[in-house]
Amino acid sequence: MKQFSAMVYARTMEFVRDRGTFFWNLLFPVVLVFGFAFAFSGNATLFKIGTYGIAPTGSDFTRIEQSQFIPYDAAKAGEEQGKVIDRLRRHELDMVIDYDAGAYWINEKGRNASLLRRLVHVDPAMASFTERRVSGDPIRYVDWFVPGVIGMNMLFSCLSGVGFVIVRYRKNGVLKRLRATPVSALSFVSAQALSRFLIVMVTSAFVFLGTNFFLHFMMKGSWLDLLLVMSLGILSMISLGLAFASRFKSEELAGGIMNLITMPMLGLSGVFFPLEGAPKWIGLAADALPLTHVTKAARDIMLEGSSLVAVAPHLLFLLAFSALSLVVASLLFRWD
Amino acid sequence: MPTILECRGLRKHYGDVHAVDGLDLVVQEGSCLGILGPNGAGKTTTIEMLEGITPPTEGNILFRGRPLDRAFKEKVGIQFQSTALPEFITVKETLRLFSSFYREARDFDEVVRLCSLDDILERDNRKLSGGQRQRMLLALAIVSKPDILFLDEPTTGLDPQARRNFWELIRGIRKENVTVLLTTHYMDEASELCDEIAIMDRGKILERDKPARLLAHHFSGALVRVPSACVDGDRAPGGGSHQGDSYEIQSENLDQTMRELLAEGINLEGLSIHKPDLEDLFIKLTGSSLRA
Ligand SMILES: Nc1ncnc2c1ncn2[C@@H]1O[C@H](COP(=O)(O)OP(=O)(O)OP(=O)(O)O)[C@@H](O)[C@H]1O
Ligand SMILES: [Mg+2]
Repeated sequence: MKQFSAMVYARTMEFVRDRGTFFWNLLFPVVLVFGFAFAFSGNATLFKIGTYGIAPTGSDFTRIEQSQFIPYDAAKAGEEQGKVIDRLRRHELDMVIDYDAGAYWINEKGRNASLLRRLVHVDPAMASFTERRVSGDPIRYVDWFVPGVIGMNMLFSCLSGVGFVIVRYRKNGVLKRLRATPVSALSFVSAQALSRFLIVMVTSAFVFLGTNFFLHFMMKGSWLDLLLVMSLGILSMISLGLAFASRFKSEELAGGIMNLITMPMLGLSGVFFPLEGAPKWIGLAADALPLTHVTKAARDIMLEGSSLVAVAPHLLFLLAFSALSLVVASLLFRWD
Repeated sequence: MPTILECRGLRKHYGDVHAVDGLDLVVQEGSCLGILGPNGAGKTTTIEMLEGITPPTEGNILFRGRPLDRAFKEKVGIQFQSTALPEFITVKETLRLFSSFYREARDFDEVVRLCSLDDILERDNRKLSGGQRQRMLLALAIVSKPDILFLDEPTTGLDPQARRNFWELIRGIRKENVTVLLTTHYMDEASELCDEIAIMDRGKILERDKPARLLAHHFSGALVRVPSACVDGDRAPGGGSHQGDSYEIQSENLDQTMRELLAEGINLEGLSIHKPDLEDLFIKLTGSSLRA
């Protein structure tokens, strides 16, 4: 126990005193969050309107300037309309019009709702349309983005802080020196893992709460549930780091492999952009990656107020992924 | 004296390289054995097998009659030829970290005193000078009160003063009856510190004995030199011969050689007497210079 806490302390100090890495871990995600919040705050198009069917001739409505009309397949209206309406609810669309059914939907919490309603009323071709209302708070891009950034930071921090560092220790002989002491591999590795867990937890919390202070993210679910998702996320990525660090002796090789792991993960896990329209195989590949499940579960909790039960499949995946990686890591681990 | 460590038929092969090639060694409790050998002789490989770090290709090693096990790790102190230290932590923190690894650790102040670390305790590991670093590595090797201490070239790269200081530290530690096994390229170091010396080359131990006995066994008498110019070409006092600039006599009896030289009326102004030392023995045994 004494040796365990001493190792956790030493590793944590190493991180905290390594100013460069320390600030990188804190600043990079903060800059990203603010950067994206700023970049996506302006809206070039005035209205985004989803449509079914053909607009009646003589309608003035279709001539509104700077608006984007997104035609949806009327034949699929039955099965798809729910999803399209959800987009309206999330303020990704400002309005949905079904010309065939003679109806339109607006989000009563939308900034443009009353303006759009008036525009409909003054258009003789549409004046008789029935209005349907949905209600949903606006979700800014940054609300959606922030769980992704934190997940991404988690991924980098765990892979480099556990994985890369162990490879370095192996290469420069620190591991060999430890091996000459009574310390067991298990206790060394768990100390590394715990130290990193604490570090990532604290930096993630700092990044999240710090940016939240200015940007007030949407938080519909429970903070405790979010904490649990984060914990399991960190656990799974530390385990991945350990598995990946179990053998390599060369930092260059390890660096390359690390990119090989992180790059596709960032692309596939929907950190920056939703992957809803992507081909099926991409979705399948994404589902095999821990980052996907961390961000999805966190978004579900924050943006939709999902309960733990609702995100349980994601949590189970993270647990299973961690267990598998730890088994691989312990089977492959080498001191030298 | 009881035996603390012994090995029989120890071999380590890396492909075609026979780094250690059939080595038998018995080390007595409380003694200091120095392993001398040129680069690549297999010193590090040998010592790391004895430490339980490198698994031997063949042969067995016993510590107090038992194979190397976990209990051995509590009892052994190791200073590697080259080690990195954890970065960004101070000497003091590193010592505390390593102390925490052992069930019975030495008192912190005692370690500091034994290795003269007082003035560098708060320094970052990365900012130590060569000598300070060696002292620090020695401290890490003795935090556990080891019964046996392995030092692999502990003073390579240190200035003469720092080496002498380091020897003092080792002598201090040896007072506790610790067994010491060290490798070195320096003859003076071996004769200063070691009770016994093993000369190693190409994975084998060529000779092993007390330094004085080794010399007595291989050399008798001394080498007497006078400048060539002092001795006329056709005379050969004392049965010597011309070697380059000097006339050399391999003398069994210095007294008699001197008298013969004086009798020949040779000017003794430029005379030198060279006692063969370990360096000469080393060259004789391995055919190569020690610091090749
Ligand atoms: N891991 C290894 N793989 C292959 N060959 C090795 C390995 N370690 C050592 N050798 C070889 O074994 C031989 C003995 O090496 P060793 O390090 O034991 O020599 P040494 O006596 O300690 O030399 P030095 O005085 O230079 O430290 C050398 O020829 C070396 O190249
Ligand atoms: Mg060596």
